[in-house]
Formats: sequence, C-alpha cells, structure tokens
Amino acid sequence: MSEAVLIPHNSTEEWKLPSRGIVGMACLILAEAAIFIIFIVAYIFYIGKSLTGPTPHDVLSLPIFATVCLLSSSLTVHFAVNAVHVGKRTLSSLWLAATVLLGGIFLTTTALEWYHLIYRDGLTIRTNLFGTTFYSLVGLHATHVIVGLILLAFALLFSLRGDLTPKHSERLEVLSLYWHFVDAVWVVVFLVVYVLGR
Amino acid sequence: MLAIEWPRGLTALMLPDTIHGPTSIFSPDGTPAHSVFGLSMLVLSITLCIFLIVAGLLFYALIRFRHRPTDINALQEPAQIYGSNQIELSWTVVPVLIVVMLFLATARVIYSTEHAPKPAASLDVTVIGHQFWWEYRYPKYGIVTANELHIPVSDRKNPTPTYLTMSSADTNHSFWIPRLAGKMDLIPNKVNTMWIDPSEAGLYLGQCAQYCGTQHAKMLQRVYADTPAEFAAWIAGQQKTAVQDASASEGQTIFQSNACISCHTVAGTVATGRFGPDLTHLASRDTLASGAVPNTPANIRAFVDDPAHFKPGALMPPMHLNEHDLDAVTLYLATLK
Amino acid sequence: MATQSPVNAILDETTSSSTHPSALQILHDWLTTADHKKIGLMYIGYALLFLVVGGFQAILMRIQLAIPNNHFVSPQAFNQLFTMHGTTMVFFVGMPVLFGFGNYLIPLMIGARDMAFPRLNAFSFWIAAFGGFLLYFSYLGAPGLSGAGSAPDVGWWAYAPLTARAFSPGHSTDYWTLAILISGIGSIGTAINIVATILCMRCPGMKLSRMPLLVWIYLVMAMMVFVTISPLTAAQIMLLLDRYLGSHFFDTQAGGSAVLWMHFFWVFGHPEVYVLILPTFAFANEIIPVFSRKAVFGYPAMVAATVAIGFISLSVWAHHMFTVGMGPGANTFFVLATMTISVPTGIKIFNWLATIWGGKIHFTSSMKFAIGFLFQFLVAGLTGIMLGSAPFDWQLSNSYFVVAHFHYVLVGAILFMLFSAFYYWYPKMTGRMLSEKLGTWHFWLFVIGFHLTFDLMHIPGILGMPRRIYTYEADRGWMMWNLLISCGAVIQTVATLIFVYNLIWSYFKGPVAGADPWDAWTLEWSTTSPPPSYNFAVIPGVSSRRPLWDLKHPEDPDSNYE
Repeated sequence: MSEAVLIPHNSTEEWKLPSRGIVGMACLILAEAAIFIIFIVAYIFYIGKSLTGPTPHDVLSLPIFATVCLLSSSLTVHFAVNAVHVGKRTLSSLWLAATVLLGGIFLTTTALEWYHLIYRDGLTIRTNLFGTTFYSLVGLHATHVIVGLILLAFALLFSLRGDLTPKHSERLEVLSLYWHFVDAVWVVVFLVVYVLGR
Repeated sequence: MLAIEWPRGLTALMLPDTIHGPTSIFSPDGTPAHSVFGLSMLVLSITLCIFLIVAGLLFYALIRFRHRPTDINALQEPAQIYGSNQIELSWTVVPVLIVVMLFLATARVIYSTEHAPKPAASLDVTVIGHQFWWEYRYPKYGIVTANELHIPVSDRKNPTPTYLTMSSADTNHSFWIPRLAGKMDLIPNKVNTMWIDPSEAGLYLGQCAQYCGTQHAKMLQRVYADTPAEFAAWIAGQQKTAVQDASASEGQTIFQSNACISCHTVAGTVATGRFGPDLTHLASRDTLASGAVPNTPANIRAFVDDPAHFKPGALMPPMHLNEHDLDAVTLYLATLK
Repeated sequence: MATQSPVNAILDETTSSSTHPSALQILHDWLTTADHKKIGLMYIGYALLFLVVGGFQAILMRIQLAIPNNHFVSPQAFNQLFTMHGTTMVFFVGMPVLFGFGNYLIPLMIGARDMAFPRLNAFSFWIAAFGGFLLYFSYLGAPGLSGAGSAPDVGWWAYAPLTARAFSPGHSTDYWTLAILISGIGSIGTAINIVATILCMRCPGMKLSRMPLLVWIYLVMAMMVFVTISPLTAAQIMLLLDRYLGSHFFDTQAGGSAVLWMHFFWVFGHPEVYVLILPTFAFANEIIPVFSRKAVFGYPAMVAATVAIGFISLSVWAHHMFTVGMGPGANTFFVLATMTISVPTGIKIFNWLATIWGGKIHFTSSMKFAIGFLFQFLVAGLTGIMLGSAPFDWQLSNSYFVVAHFHYVLVGAILFMLFSAFYYWYPKMTGRMLSEKLGTWHFWLFVIGFHLTFDLMHIPGILGMPRRIYTYEADRGWMMWNLLISCGAVIQTVATLIFVYNLIWSYFKGPVAGADPWDAWTLEWSTTSPPPSYNFAVIPGVSSRRPLWDLKHPEDPDSNYE
C-alpha cells in the first residue's frame, strides 16, 4: 500500500476499562436468566392444569436443608475468593472444599427427592403437566449445579496443588459469580415450585 | 376513493375490478368486515400522507444536495451540523400524536368487534378444524355437516348474526372469509369465538389461513348466506336421516363392510365414525374434498379410489376397492341427498 | 497481501508470509484461526453460501406459484421449501452475515487488536456453521425408521402441535430443532464476545459517548440477543423433551397449550427482527454520513432511539398473535406497544434525512443501496403500522400482505443495506474496490426486480391469498399478480448473480483501494487494506467521534463540538 497509513494518537486521558471476564460472565448470566424465566413461566402457566395426578401438594415437601446448604455455599465461595485474593492457600482450599461439599449435599438431596418421586409416587416427566414442568425446571437448575460443581472441583484441585495464586483471584471471582447466579435461581425455583406451586 | 386504498401510487395502473375479487378484503359485506374496512381506510390515508411527505423530502434532498463536481467549492466539505434539539423534539412529538390517534381509533374497533352484544336471534354454530376439512355443528338444530357452512342473511334492522364457536381437533387452523370478517384461529384445547352477519344472500369464499400441514392449500371454505326461506328449507333437509335408496343398497353394504364407517357418519345407519366428514347429506353439497373439486359422481369415484388424487396428503387412505365396488359405493354416496 | 513495513513485519507473528503457502497450509490457517477478521470473513462467506441456497429455494417456490394449480413441485416439497427458506434466511444468512460484519468491524472501529475472547469467537462460528449443515443434512438423514418426510416442513415458526410426534413423525423436525438450538448457542457466544469487546477493549479516549454509532448499535443488538435467543433455546429444549422424553409442554391432548409455544416463539421472533435490522441501521449510520460528507445528525438521539427500540421491541411480540383469540385487552396493549416502536424508528429515518440535508451526496453504488434502504424501510415501516392496527391485521395476518411486508424489511431494508455495506467495506476487507459499473447494473436490476416482486405482493394479500399455500384456485383473481411477482424474482436473481460475479472478479482485477478510499472518518480506515493480523501497529488514541476527521481537519476538529 503506497498510501500513508494514518493512525491517530492524541489521547492523554487516563484510560481504565472493565474486566473482560466479569463482563462476559454477566452477559452469560443474563442469557441464562432468560432461559430460566421461560421455564419458570411455563411452570407457573401450568400450575393446576394437569389432567391427572399426582399433584404437587400430594408429593412435594419443602427441601429446607438442601436450600440452606446451597445458599450457604454462596457464602463459602465468597470467602474462598477473598482468601485467594490475599494469597491464603490453605484457607482458600478449605473454603472451596466446603463449597463443593455443600453443593454436593444439595445435589444428593435432589437426587433422593427424584428417586422417591419416581419410584414411590410414580411421577415421571411423562405423567402429567406437573411432572413435565417440574422435572424440566428443577433438572435445568440441577444441570447448572453440576456444571458449577465440576468447575469448583477443578478450582479446588488447583488450590490443593498450590496453583491458585492471587493473580488468579479474578478468574475465581468470575466462577463465583456463576455460582451466586445458580443460588439466586434456586431461590426463585424454590419459591415457585415449593411455595407458590404447592 | 381508490387513491387511499392503495398508497403505493399504483392505483392508476389498476382497474377498479382488480381490487374487488371474490375474496377481497376491500369488498366487505357485514358489520365486522365493514368496521375493519373503515379503519383500514383511515390507517391507509394517514400512512399515505406520511409516505408522500417523507419520500418527497428524501427525493428533494437527493436532487438538491447531490455532489456537483463542477461547483466552485466542489472539493470543500459541506458545513458539519451535529444535530438540533428543537428539530429532533418536533419529529418525536408529532409521531407520538399520530400514534395516539391511530391507537384510539384501533382500540375502538377492537372493542366494538370483540365485545359486541349478542342479539337473541343469533345462530350458534360450532366450527371444528380438521386436517384438512371443516366440521360445522348446529347444536340448536342437531345438524352436523362439513366444509359448506349455511347461515342466514342478516338484516340491518332485524339482525340475525351467526356466532361461531371454534376449536381444532388436531393442528392450528384459521377461519377466514375475507368479505365477512377478519380471521380467527382454531386452536386445539382452546375455544375462540367470532361472528359474521352477511347482508346479501350468496356464496362467500375463503380458505384456511394458518399453516396446518401438507394439504393446507386445499382446505377451502364456502359460506352460503341463505334467505330465511332457503335457510329454513336447508335446515329441514339436513335434519332428516340419510336417504335409504334401494337401488344403492349394494353400495351401502360395501360402504358399511369397509373401513369407511370407522371415520364417517351417515345418520340412521351403522356408520358413526367422527374422524372424517359427516356424509349423511353429502350429495346436497356443491363440492367435495373441502371445496377442492365439484361434487360429481366421477369426482366422488376418483376421490374414494385415491384421495391423494385431488388432495395429496389427505388423511383418508386409498380404499383399494375393485372397479365394481367403486361404482356401487359411488352410486350410494351420490344418493345421499 | 499487502507488503508490510519493517515495523509491521517485526510485529507480525506469521513468519511464513515470505514464501508461498501451500493450499493445505492456507486451509489449516483458516480452519484454526482465532483472528476476528478471518472469522468475520468466514461468517460472511458462509452466509453468502446460504443466501444463494435460500434464494434458489425462493425461485423454486415462485415458479410453482406463477400460475394456479401448478404441478412444478409436490405439496410436500413446497412445504419443505418455505420452511427451509425461512429458517435458512433468518438463522443461517441474516445472523451470520451480521455477526460477520460485526466481528470484522468492531475491533477495527474501536482500535482493538482482536475480540475479547478470540477462541470463543472461533467456537461460536464453527458451532453456528455446524447448525446450518445439520439443518441441510436433514434432506439426507431425516427419513429414519418411520420413513416420513425428509427436510422439515413445519414452517419457520413451527407452531405446536404440528411439531408433535403425532403430526410430524420421522426426524425432520428434530433436525430443525437441533440446528436452531445449536446455532443459537453460537449466537449467544458471539453476542457475549461483542459486548465484552465493546466494553473492555476500546482504545484510549474511546469513551462510550465517542464510539462510532455502528459499535453502539451492535452493543444494543448483542444485549438483545441474550434476551431473545435464550427464550428460543428454552422453547427448543422443551420441544426436544416433548419429542424424545414424552413430556407434555405443547401436547394439547394432555392439557398442554399450543398458544404457549406461540408466545415463546414470538418472544424470540419479534425482537429477532430488530436483532437483524439493527446492524443494518448501524451500517447506514456509517455509510450515509460519509457519502453525504456530513457528520451524522443527532448522535445522542440515534443512540437513545436504538436503546428505546431495544427495550420496546421486547413488548411487541404478540402482535403476531392478534388472531389467536387473546381478547380485546391484550390485543389493545400490543397495538399500543407496536405503534410506540414506530416513534424511535421514525426518529432514525428523520435523522438520516437530516444527515443528507445540506450535504454533498456522492452516488456511489454503496450510497445508492443505502438510499434504497431508506426508501424501502420507510414503506416497510408504514405497512408495519397497518399490520399493527389489530383489526386490519385480522384481515391481513398470514396473508401475502404480511409476506410482502416482512420481505420489504428483510430484502428491501436489510439486504439492500447489506449490499451497501459490501460495496463500502469490501475495499477494506480485500484491498480492492468493487466494480462501480457492475455495481450500477446490480443496483438498478435489483431495484426493478425488488419492486416488481414485493410491491405487487401486497395485492394478492388484500385479495385474500393466504401464505404457505403450494397452489391456489384459478377463480380468485390472484394469477396475474403472482405471475408478475415471479418475473420480479427472476430479475432479482440475475442482479444477485452480477453481484456475486463482481465479488469474485474484483478480488483479482478490481482497482487497488488503499487504506482510505472513501475519505472516511472512523478508525478502520486508518490501517492498511486489508489490515494486518494485529490491526494497528500502534494502538490508536482518539478524542472525538470522528478521529480521522480530526486528523484531516486539524483546523476544525470534531472534539470542539462534543
């Protein structure tokens, strides 16, 4: 190219931009939230419209313990991020392990609940509209918990190996954002499925 | 009048006839179609005005402000103008006012059509959409028929509108007789209503307006607006059970010993199927296969032999009757006046 | 390729540029690239490929409809054609071509060296591309055990319960669902990338208020993708559960609702139209000012109108459902929302008019197409108001009037502006100008063909012709119009072939473009054509919305007025 290439360069202002990771995760959360909203709308729309039983009132009980576990895991992951930020490796491993454990308990309770629903109450995704919307909404959330747990387990592994240094704290923070989102969704799912829908 | 019917300036090229076909929304007959037509004219004239003004400004600007290489200051950049709050405010406020006006006019027609009081003298008909035909039930008269809807003409002073209660047996369909009213969808597991009140006797055409499967295109509609006398006669005829013509008894036997009866009803016989159209008074209809072909013995024969001949994708299977049986069944069906 | 200055050569990481790379190396280079420009070009090439496929399907349909009771294609084949045409044009032409231009232009316009997540970018492209090929594989793979159907034939909005196993046996509908689900994941990935790039990768001085309007509009468009594609993804998951696990979301026999699918689809479907058209507004905002030689009129109003369109478009979806019996209350609400959106849209049209006003208009091929866009978008907006008036829509919905209206938007506005963008940025992408002579032929033939087809297409709609019918009765008076419409389609095809020929010919024989052939003002014109893989040897800094204007007119820089 014979023509001279002009590149303007006349800015002296201070220049600071948001972090890519956090912006990217915020966007992902927005998109995921929209997916959940559609499933929740379907759930609410079909409350009481099943043509056959069992009904939510017959078979669902409040999963208080699981909810407490999941919500407190939000707290522990927050402490883990703080620990990584200040470089306390043992502490971060501990908090991460607690998070994975609490998430695992939640998942186990869901699995047990489903086991009882399927084998004791005879409710499957094909049974009626309640089964359809219940398993898909709670299942969608559980899928997100599983993904989060896998990622957190990797973080724990790195932490135990001592690879999680303060310069990684932003990455863990991005992951913790996702985990907070999964918890927040559970609050909505809990209210819709176990309180409103029952 | 035509000038506001067609805003793209093509009116002059069009013969008045071309906009008034047998299914034109601009040849309204009946209250709902007329109120939509009136609103259409209002919306068309407003949008035409907007079009003329904005397009006029655009073309004026294109000619007036084209680059002229021979100008003295052709190489100079024009004055840079970055915006003007007053001007921009004005072309925000004026459209807002137009929108408010159009919205109020529209809302009025919505409520006057959808919330119209139902006169006592109205006729109720249940419409059920099927792949790819129409079932019409007259609960008050105990009549079931298919594809050709008979309704009374409605007098302005003494209105006898027809109220349609609509649903679907399978996929979504849409009921659309453009000259009588706007369309209304037939949706499974949902009941919709609409009303029509033709003021002139005659035949009104239409067709399914919601894609419903392979044969959507030939799910045609015929609405007969009858004079009170014609309508009463039609009702009396439809209320009878099927004609039992001795000369067609062989065809009847074949009909009843085949799968025909599991889908079709012929009142007064063992045929009580509901999956296909009611055939009790098949021969009284003008058309076959939901308006696809005229009702002649030859067409009946061809249709029974292979429904896909006229309507590929029709759900009725070919009956595989031999030539003799086909003739007998055709004879039987043609007697069902 | 451009010969590089010594500084650039040092910075250039690809050292093999001195020797001629083999075809295999070039292929490997493209398949493994994470460079936003190459990915952008692949998006565009992929979209052009499907544009030709979708256009071919349109021609087949127009031949079938040219005369009544025609037997050119079977009903089944016709139903597959309009399903594939619609799906292809929206998901595998519209989305990728707009993402392609966005990918290519956004980093260049904000003075960045790549997108925020280059590997996510490559992933998004390849998964979207896979979706397209999966959809077309249905022609071969769908018959399956039950032997029914090949390509999907449920229409591009696939209303329930037609998509249920009972009415759509075989696998064709599954191909449709999966293809859209997968390409949607790609779309969300790219949208995340666009937002992160715009917010986090701007060069020094490029405040939000100084970003080119194209970048602003892409930001809004990407935000809309999150809230529109996601509902579609959710609905597709539900449909898959229905078809594979026997759940009852849209199963009307078990109490499920067909209307729920309509809501979910149009919650996606209508904002999607704005997702498609916003980028073309973005192109117009760059191209119209440059060829009018004036700064865009009312930059803040343009940004505000874009954001307003983004928000309002989320509340208009049910104007696609005025005939499903929602009741007068809901109908009235959606009339109001739909008409309200015409206000910010009107602001845009008026601001473009004001940009032209008092300028010195250069009628290049690019500007001609941009003017075509303006004119046709005006008409499409006005027919949109007619359709937004619910009672009028009771007559017009699902008729050829609607088909004419949205083709006015998708072809008359979006495709025209895309052609304009091709003439404008092709020199930047390839280093060569497109032939203006061929461009003139392309423009006039396309304008004639377009207006012949789509102006006249309104009329059979008024005369009661529903869409999606493979044939029609001779006694309805629709034949003359349909014949003329089909003739117009042929003219458009010829024009498009001229364009494709122009793209190929100019790549080898077109005049060399130079860095800044249009004397334009945004950052992409400050680097070589085509830009090196690192875009800018030195990261630029800006102090106004038109950095190159400032550079060219130091006596009167924009920064004095902002």
